[in-house]
Amino acid sequence: MSIESQLAEHQGYLLRFARLQLRNDAWAEDAVSETMLAALSKPQSFGNKSQLKTWLVGILKHKVIDILRQRQREVALNDDEGDGSDELDALMFQADGHFAARPSDWGNPEQELNSRQFFAVLETCAERLPAAMGRVFLMREWLELPSEEICKELQLTPTNLYVQLHRARLRLRECLEINWFGNRAAS
Amino acid sequence: MILRRTCKEVAALLVAREDAALPAVERLALRLHLAACEACPIFERQLLTMRNALQRWRNYTDE
Repeated sequence: MSIESQLAEHQGYLLRFARLQLRNDAWAEDAVSETMLAALSKPQSFGNKSQLKTWLVGILKHKVIDILRQRQREVALNDDEGDGSDELDALMFQADGHFAARPSDWGNPEQELNSRQFFAVLETCAERLPAAMGRVFLMREWLELPSEEICKELQLTPTNLYVQLHRARLRLRECLEINWFGNRAAS
Repeated sequence: MILRRTCKEVAALLVAREDAALPAVERLALRLHLAACEACPIFERQLLTMRNALQRWRNYTDE
């Protein structure tokens, strides 16, 4: 198989992650095109498909970070952005600080953690985070950037960063509880 | 009591712990609360599951 067609097989996957991280379709397409060009300019042969993919994801991450840097002003976080976090707290807890509804037992989801459906739900839940919060969360969880670097790139204070990550984790938990574990318990 | 925390406060500490180490007094307050509460340990396990899931998702290459 030609290198071009091998690369094409991974395009959809790369685009999904670029979109999730950048929250902008045009930027995401740029990042993926540049990744493909970089891969074509120094083609390497890989024993199997997943090695090629790992290599491409590595290149993509660098391209994505470049774009976040170039677009720094546009991705900088607006502190006043209403994101409904107080509403989530009010839903989760009673006035006296007790849980409104006890968190459900997710069981031992090792099995689910391997399933494609589970990752699809996880991605959908990540997509539903507000754009700015989603970028911060993915910088941490997908790009695996250190806190100091995220703060620098997004011009955030450490406190702000933790607030954003905190809200993102709460929302993700809520979304998984409802859309994955909740459904499973009901069925 | 200085070490007493509500479930809401404990949930916030558990989420914060995902991204930064907690001060010693909060770690102690957390342990005391978790030992006596039924709901919060479930919440704690959920966060652990999420952490594992995100790690696998990040390295998920088998499509």
